Amino acid sequence: MKEHLYNYILGIADNSLILGQRMGELCGHGPSLETDIACTNISLDLFGQVRSYFQYAAKLAGDGRTEDDIAMLRKEREYVNVLLAEQPNTNFAYTIGRQFLFDIYHLLYLTELQKSKDLTLSAIAKKCIKEVSYHVRFSSDWVKRLGDGTEESKQKMQEAVDDLWVYTDELFHQTEADKVMITEEVGVDVTKLKEEYYTRVSEILEEAGLNIPESKWFQKGGKQGIHTEHLGYLLADLQYMQRTYPNMEW
Amino acid sequence: MTTTEQHIDEKLIPILEKVSDPEIPVLSIMDMGVVRTAILRGNNVHVQITPTYSGCPAMDVIGDDIKKALEEAGYTSNIELILAPAWTTDWITQKGRKALEEYGIAAPLDAQADKDVLLHGKRLVKCTNCGSQNTRMVSQFGSTACKAQFQCEDCQEPFDYFKCLK
Repeated sequence: MKEHLYNYILGIADNSLILGQRMGELCGHGPSLETDIACTNISLDLFGQVRSYFQYAAKLAGDGRTEDDIAMLRKEREYVNVLLAEQPNTNFAYTIGRQFLFDIYHLLYLTELQKSKDLTLSAIAKKCIKEVSYHVRFSSDWVKRLGDGTEESKQKMQEAVDDLWVYTDELFHQTEADKVMITEEVGVDVTKLKEEYYTRVSEILEEAGLNIPESKWFQKGGKQGIHTEHLGYLLADLQYMQRTYPNMEW
Repeated sequence: MTTTEQHIDEKLIPILEKVSDPEIPVLSIMDMGVVRTAILRGNNVHVQITPTYSGCPAMDVIGDDIKKALEEAGYTSNIELILAPAWTTDWITQKGRKALEEYGIAAPLDAQADKDVLLHGKRLVKCTNCGSQNTRMVSQFGSTACKAQFQCEDCQEPFDYFKCLK
């Protein structure tokens, strides 16, 4: 039970950690000061949420591991984030597209996690959902602005959505830990979120004047630790200090 | 633990009121509503604080500052961070709202008005400099995650708006 719960928490938290790192990369590199600040604020929210999850996971592990160890000292194959979260900031449309496709899922997910029988997870969800509703507003707003903007912004936004679309189906794949946690009424059944997700996403895309991708082929593997080539580079950056100066403290 | 009521021993209130939010020095943590419990047992104070936002970097500092303030008053303490019930801007006191406004941060509107402003561009936030309601949102995120960036179209002053969190 404990091991499944631990893995279940990692399944939630790794998404926020990796996406938070991606958004953090924009610090000082955002297309404008306001969006730069927005992206890094979202990153900060996600990292804050990760701390709550990892502190809980560390407590469950009970072997002296800390939240930092869990965040910094795992190998690539041990991260179980979805592939969507690790996709690079190719251009601003990709950053927004990735955030949007994740935010809609994140909000639906946390709405359900609030009902978890695990009181810590339910408390974290209730806290996070307030922040995530702002993220949804931000990214949906930008999808519309870019989609309904100039010819160039529309084309770039469409390209980003088309490219990232193949990573959306994985959000709704159940893991072993999911299955156990659902029977315990602790976990969220992601398969039940799928329909509502695509409805909401399609509504915004339509409003933005963008085409809804028709691809029926989807990529998967992140939840099993099989990642795209992008994650290794991201981790090299994220873990740099701990790898270079083992056990250093801030 | 699930109550929204605060439990703070009266003796401790004047000490805790002196601790301020490191990001908004004019605002006491008591007026911010982040202290949920402060119970004195013998010479030790058990304090529960709750973060405004999950990633709020001020929380560690606030914890240290509380410890220090209590120490100076002759108490030992242990600080606990709690997440439930989640903090809401409703917990900012009237005094706190006034302090925010005077500092140049517009206090949060109610949930509906907040939505109208942030999503539909309605002009309801009053400029903290000249009081005009002719203000526009520049960015949904301001200098910190809890604020949005605004500008007054009359006096041109840029200012922060403390977003409603419910």
